[in-house]
Amino acid sequence: MAAISREEVAHLARLSRLAVTEEELDTFAGQLDVILQSVAQVGEVAAADIPPTSHSVPLTNVLRDDVVVPGLTPEEALSGAPDAEEQRFRVPRILDEDVAS
Amino acid sequence: MTDLTRLTAAEVADLVASGGTSAVEVTQAHLDRIAAVDDRVNAFLHVDTEGALAAARAVDERRAAGEELGPLAGVPVAVKDVLTTKGVPTTVGSKILEGWRPPYDSTLVQRLRAAGTVMLGKTNMDEFAMGSSTEYSAYGPTHNPWDLSRIPGGSGGGSAAALAAYEAPLAIGSDTGGSIRQPGAVTGTVGAKPTYGGTSRYGLVAFSSSLDTPGPCARTVLDAALLHQVIGGHDPRDSTSIPQPVPDVVGAAKLGATGDLTGVKLGVVTEFTGEGAEPGVMAAFRESVEALAKLGAEIVEVSCPHFKYALPAYYLIAPSECSSNLARFDGVRFGLRTGDDGNRSLEEVMSLTREAGFGPEVKRRIMIGTYALSSGYYDAYYGQAQKVRTLITRDFTSAFEQVDALISPTTPFVAFPIGARTSDPYQMYLADLFTIPTNLYGGPAISVPCGLSDGLPVGLQIMAPTMADDRMYRVAAALESTVGTFTPPAL
Repeated sequence: MAAISREEVAHLARLSRLAVTEEELDTFAGQLDVILQSVAQVGEVAAADIPPTSHSVPLTNVLRDDVVVPGLTPEEALSGAPDAEEQRFRVPRILDEDVAS
Repeated sequence: MTDLTRLTAAEVADLVASGGTSAVEVTQAHLDRIAAVDDRVNAFLHVDTEGALAAARAVDERRAAGEELGPLAGVPVAVKDVLTTKGVPTTVGSKILEGWRPPYDSTLVQRLRAAGTVMLGKTNMDEFAMGSSTEYSAYGPTHNPWDLSRIPGGSGGGSAAALAAYEAPLAIGSDTGGSIRQPGAVTGTVGAKPTYGGTSRYGLVAFSSSLDTPGPCARTVLDAALLHQVIGGHDPRDSTSIPQPVPDVVGAAKLGATGDLTGVKLGVVTEFTGEGAEPGVMAAFRESVEALAKLGAEIVEVSCPHFKYALPAYYLIAPSECSSNLARFDGVRFGLRTGDDGNRSLEEVMSLTREAGFGPEVKRRIMIGTYALSSGYYDAYYGQAQKVRTLITRDFTSAFEQVDALISPTTPFVAFPIGARTSDPYQMYLADLFTIPTNLYGGPAISVPCGLSDGLPVGLQIMAPTMADDRMYRVAAALESTVGTFTPPAL
């Protein structure tokens, strides 16, 4: 049985903000199925009482002295932006027109 | 006349310091070599000719003024395109960052500049460091100098190929699941993954933040150690940076080069010496183990029962972290923006931008990660993988109670032909079978050339406990002292 359907892959693509093509969906559905069936092997390990590891370095609450250091200028920060205006990143509209009006 | 491109980094540094050559001459020799061979190798995505010559002139001026030079002053270095370089293009092998010139230097690059090394340019890589062959670069594959029809490993294939092609004596890589060590193995060069947190991630474009580790690549163990010393150490700008000095890796490499391993106990990982590796790889590995025993090392077998689950655990953890990290490529602050016709919404533009800017492997991993983190699957996939990570760490801890370091082949197979594994993504993942456990544990590991199989290089991997990076350099240098270094056929 397939671990993942074409419809589920389409849903993942939407969640991932990837405007994939129909052709890509066909390819990815098969490939993701192979990958997911393989990685599902982790389920074979009896680990109910094992604590999870998120990080290998046991550091917590890393603090530094509160010293002012130079940062990027607005020009530097915006230097790679696809679009900028009035020292800000310019984005396409974020609200539907009927909501905005 | 000496061919300056054939010298080790240590030799170049000595020659520059003694006035036997100038940093400009050394740099020009490497730029000439790049011009002569890189159209066939494709190790470099960007060659910074002017920047390199300016840095070299600065070293020569400091020497002329009688200033003290660092141990690698005047030595050229190639930098994987995953590290930000102020004003110099940084693409991470992706179309989504094509043309981006970062406004700041990564910590590693700052340290390279401060040490007086000369950055030649940026090297090719699998897009966002996801891959084991450099075929997933958006800018075409890098070719292995040993056989141009074969892959140079990945993701840092450009850095490894630049070394093997004598385009640079030193290079920087980054290792999330083997991206320094596996390219080192298949190109006959040395690649070291430092302890996680031993080198700074500041300015390293993030793939999987709990695993990403930048590190040194070179043609000799001593050169790798010299570079490790320069780039390593605490960085307050990386919250996972370990606040301790770099272990004495240079001293350890020099000690190892004496060829004496008396009192060193090495464990051959049982799980990595059975099926899974090519016969030619195993034969070269076995011969090297005998060579290490002749140098005085005690060899035992050590079982690490959970290592076989490292690959599946990694391919859940790394994609999960990547799906989160790569959300920043949204067409707003840097890089590509596609489809902004004035009518489409931000979300539509974002989806079109990411669709156009990311290649297939990056898309696959983002979707796998999104799946593993989604409600309903989280516990069975991501949560379970994190528990397996604990068990793998315990395998290492228990092994290091018995032995000083673990050894295995670096990778199951020698360099494969370009195109051989791209149609089946999971076949590509198997290249990292032996390198991944170390990343999940966080310790250091090095790949050192140990022999040839059908004329192609084989690497031996040495894995050491966290912050015992010096130990792996000692063993690696000892092996190098007996098996020697390996030179590819002339290009």
